[in-house]
Amino acid sequence: MFGSLTEKIDNVFKQLRGQAVLSEQNITDALKEVRLALLEADVNFKIVKDFIERIREKAIGQEVFKGLNPAQQVVKIVWEELRDLLGKDHAELHLSSSPPTIIMMVGLQGSGKTTTTGKLASHFKTQGKRVLLVAADPRRPAAGEQLASLGQELEVLVHRGDQEGKPNANAVQTCRDGVSRAKEHGYEVVILDTGGRLQIDEELMQELVDIKQSVSPQETLLVADSMTGQEAVSVAERFDQVVGLDGVILTKVEGDARGGAVLSIRSATGKPIKFLGVGEKLDALEPFYPDRMASRILGMGDVLTLIEKAQENFSQEEAETLQRKVSSNTLTLEDFRDQIQQVNKMGSLDQILDMLPGGQKIKSMVANAGPGAGLPEKEIKRVVAIIDSMTRKERRDHTIINGNRKKRISRGSGTSVQEVNRLIKQFLEARRMMKTLVGGRMGKMGKGKKRKKLVRVLQSP
Amino acid sequence: MGWLQRLQDGLTKTRKNVEGSLKRLLGSGPDPAVLEEVEEALLGADVGVRVVERLMEQIRTEGFSTDSDDPLHPFKRTLLDIFQTIPSESLDILIQQGPRPYVILTVGINGVGKTTTVAKLGKRFKQAGHQPLFVAADTFRAAATEQLEIWGNRIGVDVIRHKQGADPAAVVFDGLAAAKSRKSDVVLIDTAGRLHTKVNLMQEIQKIKRVITRELPGAPHEVLLTLDGTLGQNTIAQAKQFHESLGVTGLALTKLDGTARGGVVVAIAEELKIPIRLIGVGEGEDDLQNFQAKEFIDALLHIENSTR
Repeated sequence: MFGSLTEKIDNVFKQLRGQAVLSEQNITDALKEVRLALLEADVNFKIVKDFIERIREKAIGQEVFKGLNPAQQVVKIVWEELRDLLGKDHAELHLSSSPPTIIMMVGLQGSGKTTTTGKLASHFKTQGKRVLLVAADPRRPAAGEQLASLGQELEVLVHRGDQEGKPNANAVQTCRDGVSRAKEHGYEVVILDTGGRLQIDEELMQELVDIKQSVSPQETLLVADSMTGQEAVSVAERFDQVVGLDGVILTKVEGDARGGAVLSIRSATGKPIKFLGVGEKLDALEPFYPDRMASRILGMGDVLTLIEKAQENFSQEEAETLQRKVSSNTLTLEDFRDQIQQVNKMGSLDQILDMLPGGQKIKSMVANAGPGAGLPEKEIKRVVAIIDSMTRKERRDHTIINGNRKKRISRGSGTSVQEVNRLIKQFLEARRMMKTLVGGRMGKMGKGKKRKKLVRVLQSP
Repeated sequence: MGWLQRLQDGLTKTRKNVEGSLKRLLGSGPDPAVLEEVEEALLGADVGVRVVERLMEQIRTEGFSTDSDDPLHPFKRTLLDIFQTIPSESLDILIQQGPRPYVILTVGINGVGKTTTVAKLGKRFKQAGHQPLFVAADTFRAAATEQLEIWGNRIGVDVIRHKQGADPAAVVFDGLAAAKSRKSDVVLIDTAGRLHTKVNLMQEIQKIKRVITRELPGAPHEVLLTLDGTLGQNTIAQAKQFHESLGVTGLALTKLDGTARGGVVVAIAEELKIPIRLIGVGEGEDDLQNFQAKEFIDALLHIENSTR
C-alpha cells in the first residue's frame, strides 16, 4: 500500500534535488506532481486541493533549515501535513467500564465486515476476554453461516436470529437478544456483524440507527475497503451523519492500492482509523499509527512496526549471541534455521517487505521474475525440513555432511540431494553476507537507546 | 424501468454536477473556473486523472462549438472512441453461438460481488432456456459454498461443491465432469476472491484455468473479471494483473446503484481493450444488465436533458 505513491513523490523530489533554492516555481512544479500522485491514489479531489494549498502556503517563504536541502525541506512539510491529516496519535478502542463492551460493525457490501469481525474476536480472545459475536445480517445468503464458521474456528460463541434468511427477519431484535444473552452470561465483548448496505439506502440506514439506539454500542466502526475511490468521502460522511461513527477499520491493506481512501475518510469524518486489515487470516489485524503511515507514504518504510515485531519475537540476549556468532563466523545450520523461523514468526514475507523501505520494489521484482522466484513460504518450509532432517551433529558442523549423509537427509525431508547441496550453499552465502552486515542494524535492534535514535532519524527527514 | 433509466437514477449525483457545470458553460464559453468544475465532476466520478486531463485538454483546444446541438460533443466523442475500438458482444449471443458446455470462469478480488454475479447470470441463462450449472470453487472463504447453494436453490440451478478447504481445482474437475454427463449448456464457476498482488493465489487460479482447458479443450470460453464500481484507480491494477495471469475476456462492473460512478472503466477499456460485458445496477436478481457504451456515457454525462 502506498508503494506507488511513495515512488511518485520520490521522483518529484529527485527532480527538485540539486536545485539550490526552493523557489515558488519549483514548488509549483513539485506540487503539480504531488497532486497527480494523490489523485491517482484515489484521494478525494477536494481533499487534494486543500492539501496542496496548505503545503504551498507552508513551503513558500520558509527558510531552508541548515543541514537540509530544499527537497528534504519539502518532504518534511509534506510528511508533517500527511501525518496531521491522518490524525496525530494512535487511537485505541474504548472498552466499557461495565462489561459487556458492545462493538457495532457497519459498512458497504463486500468491505470485509464479517472477516474483520472474526479478526476483532481473535484480537480480544488473545487478551483473554470472553467474546460473543452476533450475526446481524439476515439478508445476504449464508452470512450467518460464514460468521458461525469463523466462530467455530476461533471457539467463540455466535448468536444467530431464528428468522435468518426469511423476509420477516429482524436484525434489531437479533442484536438486542444477543446483547442480553451476553449480559446474562457474563461476556466481556459483543461484536455485532451487520449486513452491508449502501449509504443512500434510507431504509437500511434506519435499521442501523434502530440497532444503535436499542443496544447503545461503545464503538460503532465503519469497515472500509482501502481501495475505495472518490466515493469514500460520501460513504464515510453519510454513515457518520446518520449512524454516528467512533472509528474506522481499513481493510485489504495488503494489496497494492495507493490507499488514498484513508486520507479521504479521515479528513471527511475526523474519526480515527483504529485498525488495518492486512490479510485473509484471522490474525491479520494491525493497529494504525498515523506517523508510521505518513512515513510509509514518503518512502521511509514502516521500519518502526518491523522493529517492534522483531522485538516481540527476538530477545536482546538472542540478538547478542547471534551477533557474536556471526562476527566469529561460527554460525551453524541450527542458528540459520532458528533465524528463518524467527523471521517467519514476524509475519509473512509479503507483510515484512511491505514494511521495509524499498520493499515494494523488491516485491514487484519478485513478482515479475515469475513463478518459483524469490523465497516464498513454501521454500522456507522446505529449508526448515531439510535442516530438521539432519542430526544435531550435522547441524552444528556442516563440514561433516558427506554424500551418504546428504542422501539420508534428502530422504528424510522428502527433497533431493541437489536441494540439500543448494541449501548448504545458501547457508554459507548467508553466513558470509551476515558477517559483512554485522555491526549494522541487526545487532543493534534490541537496544532502546539506539532504537530511539533510529526513530528520531526516521521522523526528521 | 429501462436500463438507461436505472443507470441514470444510479448516477444522479454525477449527472447533476456535470449538468450544472455545463449549463453555465453554455452561456459563458470555456471560462477557466467553469472548466475546473467540469474537471472536478469527472474526477469525482473516478474517471481518473489521466483520462480527465486529456479530455480537458481537448475541450480547451476545441472549445464548445455552437454548430453542434450537443455541448458535450467533444467529451462524448472521445469517450465513445475509447469504447468503440473494443469488439464487444453480449454474453447471451456468445453462449447461443458458442460450444457446449459454455464455461464461464468468474474471477476477482475479495468482496466485489462474484457470487452474486454468478447467481444473477444463472438466473438470466435459465430464463433464456439454457441449463446452467454452478461450480462452487471458492473453498476458502467460510460459507462461500453455502452462499452459492442458497442461490442455486432459489433459482433452481444445481451446484457442484466440495467441503470447505478442498482443492478448488478438484471441484472444477468434478464440475466439468458433471456438466458433461448432465449435458449442461453453461457452467458458471465461482472462485475465491484473491488480491491480484498475491502471487501464490494468482498461481492457484492459473492452475484452475489449466485444469479446465485440459478437461475441456477450448474452455474456459469466458474469463469474467468482476470489478467493484465503488473502488478507485486500483481497479486498473487489478484488471492488468488478472489479464496478464489469465487472459481476461470480459468484465463485469458491479455496485453501480449507489452514488458510485464507475468512471474507472474508461481507463481500463482504453488500456486493456477488454470488453465490459455487464454492469450491476442493483441488488435485485434482475439488476445485472448488458453494458452499452453509448448509454453508459450518455448516462454519465446526461446529454439528453442538457440539450433539451
